[in-house]
Amino acid sequence: MRLFGHRVTILAMLGMAVIIINLVAAIGAPWIAPWDQAEIVGDAWGDPDADHVYVPLMGLDNLGRDLFSRLIYGARMSIGLSFIITCLSFAIGITTGFTAAVLKGWVDTALSRLVDLLLSMPTLIFAFIILSVLGTELPVLIVTIAILDSTKVFRLSRALAMNLAALEYVEVARVRGEGLWWVIRKEILPNAMAPLIAEFGLRFSFAFLFIAALSFLGLGIQPPDADWGSMVRDYRDMINLDSTAPLYPAGAIALLTIGVNFVVDWMLAIHSRSHGDG
Amino acid sequence: MSTLIIKHKETARLRPLLRLILQRLGLGFGTLLAASLLIFVGTEILPGDLASAVLQNSATPESLAEMRKELGLDRPAYVRYAEWLGNVAVGDFGHSLASHRDVVEEITPRLKNTVFLAVYAALLAVPLAIVLGLMAAIWQGGIYDRLVNFVTLLTISVPEYLVGYILIKYLSVRYAWFPSLANVTPDTPFGDRLVLTFLPVLTLTLVVVAHMMRMTRASVLNIMASPYIEMAFLKGLPKWQVVVRHAFPNALAPIINVIALNLAYLIVGVVVVEAVFVYPGLGQLMVDAVSKHDVPVVQAAGLIFAAAFILLNMTADILAIVSNPRLRHPR
Amino acid sequence: MTDIAGKSGRRAGGDILRVTDLRVEVRTDRGPGPVLVDNVSFDLKRGAVLGLIGESGAGKSTIGLTTLGYTRGGCYITGGALNFEGKDIRQMSGAERRALRGPGVAYIAQSAAASFNPSHTLMQQVCEIPVRHGIMSEDDASKEAVKLFRELELPNPDTFGNRYPHQVSGGQLQRAMAAMAMAARPDILVFDEPTTALDVTTQVEVLASFRKLIREHGTAAIYITHDLAVVAQIADHIMVLRHGKMVEYGTSDQILQDPRQDYTRRLVADRVAGHSFRADLNTGEAPILAVQNVVASYRSLAKVIDGVSVEVRKGDTVAVVGESGSGKSTLARVIIGLLPRQSGDILFQGQSLPPALANRSKDQLRRIQMIYQMPDVALNPNQTLLEIIGRPVQFYFGRSNAEVRTRVLELLRMMDLPEAFISRKPGELSGGQKQRVGIARALAAEPDLIICDEVTSALDQLVGEEILRLLKRLQDELGLAYLFITHDLGTVKRIANKVAVMLKGKLVAGGETSRVFAPPYHPYTELLLSSVPEMRSDWLDQVLTGRAKTIAAVKAAQIQVPG
Repeated sequence: MRLFGHRVTILAMLGMAVIIINLVAAIGAPWIAPWDQAEIVGDAWGDPDADHVYVPLMGLDNLGRDLFSRLIYGARMSIGLSFIITCLSFAIGITTGFTAAVLKGWVDTALSRLVDLLLSMPTLIFAFIILSVLGTELPVLIVTIAILDSTKVFRLSRALAMNLAALEYVEVARVRGEGLWWVIRKEILPNAMAPLIAEFGLRFSFAFLFIAALSFLGLGIQPPDADWGSMVRDYRDMINLDSTAPLYPAGAIALLTIGVNFVVDWMLAIHSRSHGDG
Repeated sequence: MSTLIIKHKETARLRPLLRLILQRLGLGFGTLLAASLLIFVGTEILPGDLASAVLQNSATPESLAEMRKELGLDRPAYVRYAEWLGNVAVGDFGHSLASHRDVVEEITPRLKNTVFLAVYAALLAVPLAIVLGLMAAIWQGGIYDRLVNFVTLLTISVPEYLVGYILIKYLSVRYAWFPSLANVTPDTPFGDRLVLTFLPVLTLTLVVVAHMMRMTRASVLNIMASPYIEMAFLKGLPKWQVVVRHAFPNALAPIINVIALNLAYLIVGVVVVEAVFVYPGLGQLMVDAVSKHDVPVVQAAGLIFAAAFILLNMTADILAIVSNPRLRHPR
Repeated sequence: MTDIAGKSGRRAGGDILRVTDLRVEVRTDRGPGPVLVDNVSFDLKRGAVLGLIGESGAGKSTIGLTTLGYTRGGCYITGGALNFEGKDIRQMSGAERRALRGPGVAYIAQSAAASFNPSHTLMQQVCEIPVRHGIMSEDDASKEAVKLFRELELPNPDTFGNRYPHQVSGGQLQRAMAAMAMAARPDILVFDEPTTALDVTTQVEVLASFRKLIREHGTAAIYITHDLAVVAQIADHIMVLRHGKMVEYGTSDQILQDPRQDYTRRLVADRVAGHSFRADLNTGEAPILAVQNVVASYRSLAKVIDGVSVEVRKGDTVAVVGESGSGKSTLARVIIGLLPRQSGDILFQGQSLPPALANRSKDQLRRIQMIYQMPDVALNPNQTLLEIIGRPVQFYFGRSNAEVRTRVLELLRMMDLPEAFISRKPGELSGGQKQRVGIARALAAEPDLIICDEVTSALDQLVGEEILRLLKRLQDELGLAYLFITHDLGTVKRIANKVAVMLKGKLVAGGETSRVFAPPYHPYTELLLSSVPEMRSDWLDQVLTGRAKTIAAVKAAQIQVPG
């Protein structure tokens, strides 16, 4: 199989399959899931009521809800939220990064120092501090993580723009008298696309893992919304009874991250190859 | 007399290096100060002010005003920051809003536990990662390398709690080799501690080793591709000598960097792993404090984590400077 | 080590290396790749020097490395034999091969800066071969190294070895590498483009000390280079290679004076200065470009250009020559406006050009165009030739899409490029073709002046020659003026009617080429001129006599250069 004119490796194909399955689950949750995420269909950890034909794949949970259905609905929350966060952090990071690279001078210095400062602390710790005051409402979560995460996008896009701006073909365009916007749109952006898309994948998996970790610690998405991180938290005591319940949502988190990473790895490899050949 | 002159010359030659190191130390200290400001700003000036955070839903305008006064929030922010920083400098982090105990008292035993866990994990993970990474680099492209690459690509994306619960399910619940709860107390003897914390340490190790060895491998391979390595082979040196004499001294700086970077990552991992194994560490304390809006504890714990993070990064910078021959032997 | 008979036999005149039907191929995971070396055979006698010459991709470095039993990643020797003292290198065990490398055959690489380990002193690295192979004790090896440093005329030979690679200059490092290779008295030295990265004046000294070293020790050598004139100074025999195959083999004199193959003939002819492209002198009209006393620097550091004046008239080719660090490329950036000048003036068509790019009018920008050294980075890899060449047409003249297309096709034809290339991207073109696209893009603006910044130095000799020919033709047809920035005096002599010689940011000589390049010279011009290798085997000997005097004169003159 080929994509964008490049051979797709087996791992990349696996990764894409995982991503597609997750997307389908997230979008089509109400049609795919046998029960609603909040519907109580039987006793805690028991069997569902007899009038349902469907056999629960993973059993019922601590409140008697269907685990499999909750897992499907969880995809919605976890993936949707991470996607919004990543888009936001990209919007912030790319704008500031390109601005810093193009304007240089004090704007660049100020933005770079600010980012250094934000990165002087582990992201999780910084998030804790903000959440301790502002609480864990969804908008707070989204904006906090997006801003913290945008620091990395800022660094990448600034470096990319600076490297590209130093290339002679960009110089040619400037010497021709082209405007700044034209130079960015026609000469810089098309050549920065591949690393930026790969970075989007990486940032997505980071935001995804981050929000799952917060939920797992009880500081993320709050009930009754199903999301994978808080599902692990809800079911964690069952592990001592040799139950597999917490491993399903935790495994789902790992699977999607692995899938994204496989695709990102492939994209980075074709990018470096096409640049190595010159 | 002559030796004195030589010594003087020697220090003169080293001066740029010394200056760079002092610069880094200063920068590290400055960053710490900035981080403290950031923590203060984050907890005290953000729109949701501390008083309303503490009182939550029971807040009435009167009680809020009273609470503000009690917490000293009616005074200007920079005064409060200076006061807080001054107190922190002499080891006074104030009192917990939840337990009303002295924060230092509350934190000390927790911090000890966390340091124990982190150091234990680092001692296991660092040598393991370097040896595995070097092996992968030496047998680059071989079956071992490919296998290791695949496994690390898998584990790199796996969250700590999945690893933790898998370990608990199999090593603790099913086979009962290790305890699933790392419930240490201050009186737990050292030997018991090692056993009790083995599963959390193993979890941390597994997660960190993948990162660390992947980066070790990459930096060694990067060095191995340099022309002077080819030259060493063309001088007829056996492979192990090329690696030990020519590649290793140059790979040292990037490897040190990798270690520091991953130890900093370990700090975050600790928080999650402590939650999985219900380990009474600083991370757990901080998570509890966050959900209870216990700001003084959050500030103190945040500052400690930030300090550790900054210290590690600074150490990496300084070691990288020291191991750079261009800086050690200026023109 | 106990083979005394073999040792004593070393000085006899027999073959030390016999290579027969050598074949090297690339093997990848997906199967066999290109053949790098195909059916190459040669003998190397003790004490003899063989020159391997060819353009990039000729396989000459690959052959050099195989004599050490070494191939780079992915390459494999798939045929032939390499007999070293009667033993086939291909059949050797790993240990035997290691014993061969260093004491048997030693290697000198192109980039000494990259080939020395930055973490060890030069002495540690020079002594490594004799000590690690158990030939000498550490003390003996250091004494030997100091002796070699002295032979190679390195400064302070007794303490030179205590330095680290980054603490010495490029020319010194290259000589230190020769000492490193020589340390265990190898039977064969392999020189792989050892002077290519050096400045032309440094090259002469390094070349001379290499030759002295080989002659005094009677060591056999393989000398690999792309420069026929260089190899002629040092080699007894020359093998010309192309695309991994042997083209011609003969004594140096025969190759230079009586080349039998067409390819060799072209290589020789182009360098013998047979073809002069020099434009006629144009004195009548007012200058298009007049650079007057310009001073410029990067970020208020030391002046990179200091009081430079140059004039270009219609139909002129003015060459700005100098070695690395002379400020010649900076001059180009100042003229084009990328680096604003600090003082002085630049007149274009009689009008003063604003120092900064942003203040120049579209028409001013259009009339000065530039062609770059590296076509790879000067063309956007994501754009088709239509976009690359068509953009200036659209930008400056506001033509419709159809008109742009017609113009691009016309320009492609002028460049001798197929019209079908219009939809290709730079990645699908060869180096010479890319450079033609760069020229077409400059012409699309219909400029008066084109600045050519080292336009041939990244290209193979014959390809570069074609580009020069094309530029000359365009000049005749369109009446263009060129400002030619280059370090290659051989090219300058043939193409420029005027020349400006730069040294450390200052102009040391300038004017008509025939006058600047004729006695009485400025001492630096003389040094530069005498440093350009010529196609005769006695050139180096002649240059070396009286060179010390020239260098002293340059140093004296440098102080006198007006500030």
